[in-house]
Amino acid sequence: MLYREVGQYKTNYAADMAVFPILQDRIGIGIILFVAFVVFPLIGNDFLLNAVLIPFLIFSLAAIGLNLLTGYCGLLSLGTGAFMGVGAYACLKLTTYFPQVNIVVWILASGFFSAAVGVLFGLPSLRIKGFYLAVATLAAQFFLEWCFIRIPWLYNNSVSGAIEVPLRTFMSVPITGPTATSLTRYLTVLSIVVLMTWLASNLVHGRIGRMWMSVRDMDLAAELIGIRLLRAKLLAFAVSSFYCGVAGAMLVFLWYGGAEAEVFNIDQSFLELFMVIIGGLGTLIGSFFGAALIYILPIALRLIPEGLGLPLHPATVEQLRFLVVGILIIVFLVLEPNGLARLWQIGKQKLRVWPFPY
Amino acid sequence: MHLLYQIFIDPFVQMGAAPDLFAQTLWDGLVAGVLYALIALGFVLIFKASGVFNFAQGIMVVFAALTLVGLHEHGVPAFLALALTVVVMFVLAFGVERLMLRPLINQADVILFMATFGLTYVLIGFGQLVFGGNPKVMITSDLYLPSGEIRFKGLGGFVSFQKIDIAALIITSIMVAVLAVFFQRTRIGRALRAVADSHQAALSVGISLEQIWVIVWFAAGVVALTTGIMWGARSEVSFSLQIIALKALPVLILGGLTSIPGAIVGGLIIGIGEKIAEFYWGPLLGGGIESWFAYVIALGFLVFRPQGLFGEKIIERI
Repeated sequence: MLYREVGQYKTNYAADMAVFPILQDRIGIGIILFVAFVVFPLIGNDFLLNAVLIPFLIFSLAAIGLNLLTGYCGLLSLGTGAFMGVGAYACLKLTTYFPQVNIVVWILASGFFSAAVGVLFGLPSLRIKGFYLAVATLAAQFFLEWCFIRIPWLYNNSVSGAIEVPLRTFMSVPITGPTATSLTRYLTVLSIVVLMTWLASNLVHGRIGRMWMSVRDMDLAAELIGIRLLRAKLLAFAVSSFYCGVAGAMLVFLWYGGAEAEVFNIDQSFLELFMVIIGGLGTLIGSFFGAALIYILPIALRLIPEGLGLPLHPATVEQLRFLVVGILIIVFLVLEPNGLARLWQIGKQKLRVWPFPY
Repeated sequence: MHLLYQIFIDPFVQMGAAPDLFAQTLWDGLVAGVLYALIALGFVLIFKASGVFNFAQGIMVVFAALTLVGLHEHGVPAFLALALTVVVMFVLAFGVERLMLRPLINQADVILFMATFGLTYVLIGFGQLVFGGNPKVMITSDLYLPSGEIRFKGLGGFVSFQKIDIAALIITSIMVAVLAVFFQRTRIGRALRAVADSHQAALSVGISLEQIWVIVWFAAGVVALTTGIMWGARSEVSFSLQIIALKALPVLILGGLTSIPGAIVGGLIIGIGEKIAEFYWGPLLGGGIESWFAYVIALGFLVFRPQGLFGEKIIERI
């Protein structure tokens, strides 16, 4: 009833091509932003901010990065974790050498290092595609992981072999490091994620996004209509790795506060891929849905036996979690192979025509 | 100059100076390669017949070996346990076809790939729940597999061969031969090849896709069981095996996703290549290059031959 577009006339092309053509959608996004920026900081406790919202936003950003590559350009990548790692280590080196520069600048700048590495490992994508490319990106994953462990310079020769996040302040408010409150970290993450999502949305709705989609749908045909494949694919690798790199830097600097190379292992890459596929390939909103489901589901599963008062051994809970997540993935894929974003779309369509079936 | 010497000359000098060590490294590589090839074989069987890139092959190896050992621990005689494990693998193949592949028919490759991820998680969770997460010892002697080693004198020293490795080599050869005969000579084998060529054409001449899929998943399960026994006998049966199974991916790429001989040759190249690289060139880079060397070989290969060594030529049309 509330979700109707009756009476909303589009009088120019710009309105017709808008990202949110329906007024209610615009109001909805406004409410979401209001809740995220104002309500959560006011009511959120440490657990909500630190254990749920911050990682959710960071994983969403990484999922958007992978989605640009896999969902929009059709290039399957299993190296997301390593590209995130490049961002984290680049950020550490940058802030070590130039500690006076604001850390947020370095978090964003570390994306460029990740992008460069992504382009390097994306080079084979011109000749190979599909699963062959996926295995090629595995080379990036394992090689970079090896670098993170074997090159002490990358982690500032620290004894533990881990990244130790230094204290960095902005106008004497600590943003990273042990004394930074979860609230400042949350607001920093949120701002970066909102900004980059907005950029990504503009990117995929514009010429570049269309170029990628044509490459995804059939690269041979795309080449025939004059798209330069090498540039399109490498650009996708660069932008995707940029997003992953920023996400990786935030993961370490604004969430973990210190991490070993293990954080960026192959499981991280698979996790990101899950989020993208379960959320919906080729949709930005799907990246958020996927991140929410894949990240929050295990937390919920861990809490359920406790909540019910079942006396289960922690190891048993962990095994059950694997089992349930696996089954849910299969069930989700069987029920809706196009992901949660598609369900969302179907739901909205149903609302628009309600109470009629079509 | 010194670096160039270290890269291009020194390793070969070392090889020449200690031929026994070189032969030993070669043998170790060969054995590792056989096991990679076995895992890759399971991948290829499924990929050929259903176009599914089965990520769960690695965990199927662990699961099969765990079932065998777990049953034996509960007092089932070794060979009965073996037979029961084969039955379990059949049930698994049947279940996968019914519950996973059939509803996902005609979906994009990447969706099916993801579904096998889900299967991996299910098998990890289920396996740990039933058999526990601790590493187990393979029942080598109960299955009449040899243990111990043969020492061969010569080459200015001695080279030792584990008997279990020799057995693995023989069993693998037999299995590949049986599979080859099965594919080339039997009715079902012909049907399998028809399905691999074209799903639609196979359907139109009356081949049941569902049946074929159960058969290939079962065949892959049996290959997984064999791999699990061999690998378990070398080290132990644990869930860390599935990480090693990822090594089968570059093997596949090298050999071509659709070729059984390719899987074997690719496995041997990767196995030998990475052992020799680790031993002679590894110290130069600080060691541990085994973890990525295989992928880099595969990557280098792909740039020149995108379809792999034995893969079918990729022809694209609009």
